[in-house]
Amino acid sequence: MRVSMDLELKDIPGQLLLALQPISDLKGNLISVVHHHEKHTPRGTIPVQIVFEIDSEKLDNLISRLEDSGVSVVRVGEERFLEHCAVIIIGHIVHTNIQDTIDKIDSTGFAEVVGLTLSMPRVNQPSSAFLKIDATGKKELNEALSLLKNVANKKDLLVIEPIETQFI
Amino acid sequence: MKQVRISIIGFGSVGQGVAEVLMKKQDYLTKMGLDIKVIAISDSKGSFINQNGIDLNSALEQKRQKGTVANVQKTGVEIINEIEHDVVIETTPTNIEDGGVGLENMLASFENGRHVITSNKGPLALKYKYLVDTANLSGCKFKFEATVGGAMPIINLIKGVLAGNDILSIQGILNGTCNYILTRMLEEEASYEQMLAEAQERGIAETDPTYDVEGIDAACKLVILANSVFDMDSTYKDVDSVGITKITPESMLLAYNDGYVTKLIGEVRNGKLSVGPRLVPVGHPLSVGDTLNVASVQTDLAGPVTITGRGAGSIETASAILSDLIAICNNDN
Repeated sequence: MRVSMDLELKDIPGQLLLALQPISDLKGNLISVVHHHEKHTPRGTIPVQIVFEIDSEKLDNLISRLEDSGVSVVRVGEERFLEHCAVIIIGHIVHTNIQDTIDKIDSTGFAEVVGLTLSMPRVNQPSSAFLKIDATGKKELNEALSLLKNVANKKDLLVIEPIETQFI
Repeated sequence: MKQVRISIIGFGSVGQGVAEVLMKKQDYLTKMGLDIKVIAISDSKGSFINQNGIDLNSALEQKRQKGTVANVQKTGVEIINEIEHDVVIETTPTNIEDGGVGLENMLASFENGRHVITSNKGPLALKYKYLVDTANLSGCKFKFEATVGGAMPIINLIKGVLAGNDILSIQGILNGTCNYILTRMLEEEASYEQMLAEAQERGIAETDPTYDVEGIDAACKLVILANSVFDMDSTYKDVDSVGITKITPESMLLAYNDGYVTKLIGEVRNGKLSVGPRLVPVGHPLSVGDTLNVASVQTDLAGPVTITGRGAGSIETASAILSDLIAICNNDN
């Protein structure tokens, strides 16, 4: 699983290593570290945000190791959705039941519609929607998008996707 | 001095642009050791022939005053078949139904052993492989940079400067009319119909805009690119294309508020050809506005290379034709 964590370190040398060592010891894979050395919390500690991948059963062990070595763990969150995407939909979105379109994606279990902005200029005119979709991975996101295009096609809606900016 | 005898078949906006550019660049060409003689010009009403070289200035003048250069009743194909010369510049209007006279002209040129430079997309979007094979068999050169993106030298960039690279994908804006309409829709928050009318008023869109706005023109260019770069044998009917007519200004605003502009993008990737509206991040190399064309080529060695330029205009298109002509004269491939 991918985990994001907010930590607070004491403002003395060697603390960052202390925070990262247990992740490495438990064979976690560190993805990012944001170290705000110039910032201090009201408690005089330094906030650090880390993202890493680790076996889920090792997470509790990791947290107690960190706490034992004096690193405070302020927040632990699972990053379930790693891929994000925005699409535009144009047509008679509401009349063709947008809820049903969203449900189709949500019911996959690997992708969710996490944002929707709708613009309806006039009755009988096509409306426009901006949809944000999150998915657990790239393959899943592509699957969710083809599902969306399929539904849109049946409802005579135009789907506009972002260009591929990452080349394979 | 190397003398090269050429004909201009089709004397509309592009053909006249070629004549103007040849006059303008005469000294430049002389310095390169090239003496380019236009021995015949054809338009839809007939032809003008002068074996010693046509005075281009008076030909242009005559075209402007009388609407034709014709002084003999000969068609383009007759000129190609009957008059001895080296290079045919084929600039007749595009026909995407069956290739039209353009196709006839090109095949007749190869049959007579004449090199062809063209800006005419139709024949290439329908019978690319047949034309290239016929040219090769007859030992003729066949150059068509002007068919894709006007002054934007995408084909020669890939074939020449990027030689040695494997091309992984190409994506770009290949139609200036659509780019203009979409750019203006966002700027004015106005409907497609309103901005189409503005484009027509400014001479950027045709009276019947179908060919541009339904993505057919972009699809034809994409086919030519894909065929020449990936050695495919596709026709424009193989392109999954969607036009811009359904795009609303509201959708463009929603996308823009989240950092995207809406563009008509043509793409070749994994052997698949598509043209359709896509969201392009603001500031991305493909997010150019106005009537500009742009293409981004993903290569294995050089990474992404992006080129942008004016996709239409008689002088701009003639620039691509001139560069093809110089390449043929210099015996470059």
